[in-house]
Amino acid sequence: MLGSYWESVAVFTGINCLMGISLYVPMMAGLISLGQGGFMAIGAYVCALLTRADVPFALALAAGGCAAAFAGVIVGMPALRIRGIYVMILTLGFGEIVRVFFATFEPTGGASGMGGIRPLTELWHVVVATGAAVLLLWRIRHIRFGRAMIAVHEDDVAAEAMGINLTRTKLLSFALGSLMAGIAGGFYAHQALFIDANQFDFMRSAVTFLYVILGGAGNPFGPIVGAATVTLLPEMLRVVQDWRMTVFGTILVAMAVWRPDGLLPALRARGA
Amino acid sequence: MLLQQLVNGMMLGSTYALVAIGYTLIFGVLRLLHLAHGEVFMVGAFAGLQLVLLWHFGPLGALIGGLIGSALLGMLLELVAFRPIRRRGNSHLAPIVSTLGAGLVIQELMTKYFGAEQSAFPSSLHSVVYDLGFIAVTGTQLFIVGAAAMSMIILHQFVTRTRYGMALRAASENIEVASILGINVDTVILLTFAVASALAGIAGVLVGLNFSAISPYMGIDMGIKGMAVMLIGGLGSIYGAMMGGLILGIGEVLSVAYLESAYRDAFTFGLMILILIVRPSGLFRTGLHVER
Repeated sequence: MLGSYWESVAVFTGINCLMGISLYVPMMAGLISLGQGGFMAIGAYVCALLTRADVPFALALAAGGCAAAFAGVIVGMPALRIRGIYVMILTLGFGEIVRVFFATFEPTGGASGMGGIRPLTELWHVVVATGAAVLLLWRIRHIRFGRAMIAVHEDDVAAEAMGINLTRTKLLSFALGSLMAGIAGGFYAHQALFIDANQFDFMRSAVTFLYVILGGAGNPFGPIVGAATVTLLPEMLRVVQDWRMTVFGTILVAMAVWRPDGLLPALRARGA
Repeated sequence: MLLQQLVNGMMLGSTYALVAIGYTLIFGVLRLLHLAHGEVFMVGAFAGLQLVLLWHFGPLGALIGGLIGSALLGMLLELVAFRPIRRRGNSHLAPIVSTLGAGLVIQELMTKYFGAEQSAFPSSLHSVVYDLGFIAVTGTQLFIVGAAAMSMIILHQFVTRTRYGMALRAASENIEVASILGINVDTVILLTFAVASALAGIAGVLVGLNFSAISPYMGIDMGIKGMAVMLIGGLGSIYGAMMGGLILGIGEVLSVAYLESAYRDAFTFGLMILILIVRPSGLFRTGLHVER
């Protein structure tokens, strides 16, 4: 149907949408992560190891997601006492630790990476997963947990006074985000077929952050629009070949100046 | 042996400290995470290197060249990428996007111009070895420690003794109040970028002199380390950044010497996370409260 090149672009776009949503969820509770690449790496490596041992893909994906979610809870614990820029630097540090770990961990190939991963990711898998995540994101602001997250984001002291369990809300939102990043990592590994630690470096986390901010941090469709734009833009910028990153960087600066709230307008929760 | 490692650690640490002071100055005044600061550091290293290669400057000339080059770049960034955003209201995440974009542009332009390979200062610059009996230091090492110490002393004098330095500290305390008291905030911010970037430029030349590996990508690692050091020292604290840099440098060198080289980065971020857990305000409490 699509050429194999564009099919692959579509799969990566979907994976990046998942990554964007994985950042958006904890962000709803006011926790901004600059370490989503680390969670993605955990999901990718765990999933790839399991499929190598002939575990069914779906099960391996779930396991990778759970491993990442577990890491998310661990990282989320110190994040309970801090906020804002501290959380960003904490998660950034976490992402680096994960990268260093996989770059030196010999059972998964160490610095030379891990190859021979079977091509199990199909376009419809990614479409279904992304669709489910979008649906979740759309509905979550109307359920108790979502409203709790928004309340924590607005004012955590007031939220706690209203009886919201801060610890549970923050940890759950972090775990949910990491779960999605882990699943995205699993898809990524079985599409790229070769993974090494440097694919999950700070740039990966930073670009994930860009998806959300560019798309519009106040809009549940923001991360999707942002991820699609950022993924497809460099493809279109192939016309300018050698100057891709320069043009891209300039666009980012221009966006920050003229549309600081992102492409999509902010939505407010109903009744808020 | 241990003493030798301590000296190496102090050298590495003083470059971390210089970069982290820049972060912390900018953070103090603007509450901005300057993600292109590592690139400013890298440009400083290249500026120094070019002076040495093209006009045969000595280490001191390279240092001053790197300082000026980085300071100009930092001021340019403020004028082009940050000031316009502040003018249009105070979104707190847009400037971070802007720093990321600016960093990408600088990195690619430098790669275009100088190529992606590593280059090095000519080895003639580090020849003399002073053997003090219990420890051997090269002239370069002495130069690095001396230059870093001088930079920090001058910075200390600047922020405590001069009008502009005091204005900078006032803005870092509370930018609105500073502006009400008649401080020209735009000038102070521009000055902050100049000083912070100049320190990063110095660090760039020093790292180039010591490790002889200058590439357009050298800023990424240093940028991340600098942020960790800023956090360990306490956001906005100049002296915290100095101490944090030294602690990290010495710790890294010791963990490479006595454990394994892979533990080097683990030490950095492990220490950072430990600090975040037990003392989120950093080693030096600054009283800066960071919201969202």
